[in-house]
Amino acid sequence: MPESPASASPGAPEAPGAATGSAGTTCATGTTSATGTTGATIELESLTKRYPGSPRPAVDNVDLEIRAGETVILVGPSGCGKSTTLKMINRLIEPSGGRIRIGGEDVTDMDPVRLRRRVGYAIQSSGLFPHMTVAQNIALVPKMLRWPAARVRARVEEMLDLVGLDPGEFHGRYPRRLSGGQQQRVGVARALAADPPVLLMDEPFGAVDPLTRDHLQDELIRLQHELRKTIVFVTHDFDEAIKLGDRIAVLRERSHIAQFDTPEAILTHPADDFVSGFVGAGAALKRLNLTRVRDVGITDCPTVTVDDPLQRIFDLLRSGGSHEILLLDRRRRPYKWLRRGDLMRAKGSLARAGTLVHDTVTRDATLRDALEAVLTDSSGRVAVTSGRGTYEGVVDVETLMNSVRELLEADRLEAMEAQHEREGHRAGRTHAEQEGAGGEADA
Amino acid sequence: MNFWEYLGNRHQQLLIDTYQHASVVFQCMVAATVIGVLIGVATYRSDWAGSMATTATSTLLTIPSLAMIGLLIPIVGLGVPPTVIALTLYGLLPIVRNSIVGLRGVDPALVDAATGIGMSRVARLARVELPLAWPPILTGIRVSTQMLMGIAAIAAYASGPGLGNLIFRGIASLGSSNALNQVLAGTLLIILLALLFDAGYVLIGRLTISRGIRA
Repeated sequence: MPESPASASPGAPEAPGAATGSAGTTCATGTTSATGTTGATIELESLTKRYPGSPRPAVDNVDLEIRAGETVILVGPSGCGKSTTLKMINRLIEPSGGRIRIGGEDVTDMDPVRLRRRVGYAIQSSGLFPHMTVAQNIALVPKMLRWPAARVRARVEEMLDLVGLDPGEFHGRYPRRLSGGQQQRVGVARALAADPPVLLMDEPFGAVDPLTRDHLQDELIRLQHELRKTIVFVTHDFDEAIKLGDRIAVLRERSHIAQFDTPEAILTHPADDFVSGFVGAGAALKRLNLTRVRDVGITDCPTVTVDDPLQRIFDLLRSGGSHEILLLDRRRRPYKWLRRGDLMRAKGSLARAGTLVHDTVTRDATLRDALEAVLTDSSGRVAVTSGRGTYEGVVDVETLMNSVRELLEADRLEAMEAQHEREGHRAGRTHAEQEGAGGEADA
Repeated sequence: MNFWEYLGNRHQQLLIDTYQHASVVFQCMVAATVIGVLIGVATYRSDWAGSMATTATSTLLTIPSLAMIGLLIPIVGLGVPPTVIALTLYGLLPIVRNSIVGLRGVDPALVDAATGIGMSRVARLARVELPLAWPPILTGIRVSTQMLMGIAAIAAYASGPGLGNLIFRGIASLGSSNALNQVLAGTLLIILLALLFDAGYVLIGRLTISRGIRA
């Protein structure tokens, strides 16, 4: 890739307050081939937006720290100010108060045009310019940054490759001749063309069909794995948030942060009723995905092996408290469920008696998998095995239900405790941040 | 003398008149386009200013052309100046109106995207908004041109250039042998010019409207 003389030091931090236009290019010249994180931190400090004529601010005192290379999802009901918050980061909406720092540099007062060339921006329904070809659209920002023509050309091909579109085929096409999903890919390619450390995405997959959306989400995860940008992503779809986010900020009205945490933590410990309401009716089911079989405690069940004498099996079935015993094969793997009477009917032949074990789970399986296995198995329980397949115990429907109930109960208690703690800390924390935010810049 | 003999005898004079007619319309169109688009650009963002501009230009258009030229003569004298001023003013309305409508019709999401990727106000206007508003603006220019073709004929009243001279002379000498020929030649040549200009605009549209937004 040819390097322009103006961009001699890729990745060099830009001097704050540098006044010349060429300084704006230095930040954007880091190449994607560089390993590790190419993102930059974003810090929002008591960010506020007040519109004239409305008594309450649209965004009220948002504090948010986003680590370099992290994907943070802003999620919340419509009208909660999440989009406004996002647009204040590249100052499409000018904040009425507070500070924005990107990569440690205060950008609240810098020239917004220069700022935006360093921040990728992708919006719903792609925002491609219909009168320009795909290549012209992608080349826009590099050209504005005065990259040499040859480098722009190479970059366009590279970006098309990156988002999985054949450069030869799509280069000269106009947006109207692309499908919705393809347009969105080009939109992302355009946003990333100048290799900005930060990418802002405003409900980018909101207007495509569910199947394509799923595909684009997978693609974004792959891309992000490769590029390690700092991504701020706005959506109202909580499932999308869980899928894409390293951390999720659940926002309530006026962009108040109800909870800012990992998807697991939000599912298991929703901070309050608002968050659990937003997590949705499926929370208990989603919760099952985050708990392992080993966490719920497995029970024992009478077992026999195929080598045991028949008389012992008879005795066990006749005397034992349980209706069923599990027959293991010679390597102690679950083989068959035996019920009272099974052996009689099969005239004492173990080979013909009982029902085969269809499905087993390991201790690492999620509760959801376990539930699935229990529901499909006629016996209402599922055998738990070690990694090598040997018997370890069983989980039955009752255990599952009880433990889920206990877990949810515990979650609730913990959340309440956490909330108390947070409220206690809040006053102190805001104070500390205001005092020492400058010191922890640049990761 | 029949019409064809008349054309044959006077073709020199007719060509000059035709050329001058085309030239004055063309130059006034260039001026009206520049001024009209500038007015559109300056006013489309505000409801109030936009409707002011449209109302002002349409009021201009309601002034009878003969009266307008008559009123201009005491101010700027005879000949070319009143012609050019009147034609430019008349040409404004369709261009101003279509500029405003076209610029306002640009998808706000695209304007947002243009700003969001770091275009300055001027760049956004030049590279996104005007190109997208160009088809309706060009339509406005076409309508203006057709209108000016006819109005330019009135300019002869103020001793202006163009084919209007033929028509006025013919009307003044009605009954004489060449009167009808003169009026007929003037009118037909104006129609011919209008058609040629229109063909020109089709060609300009082909060349300047991006394939990505062509209907």
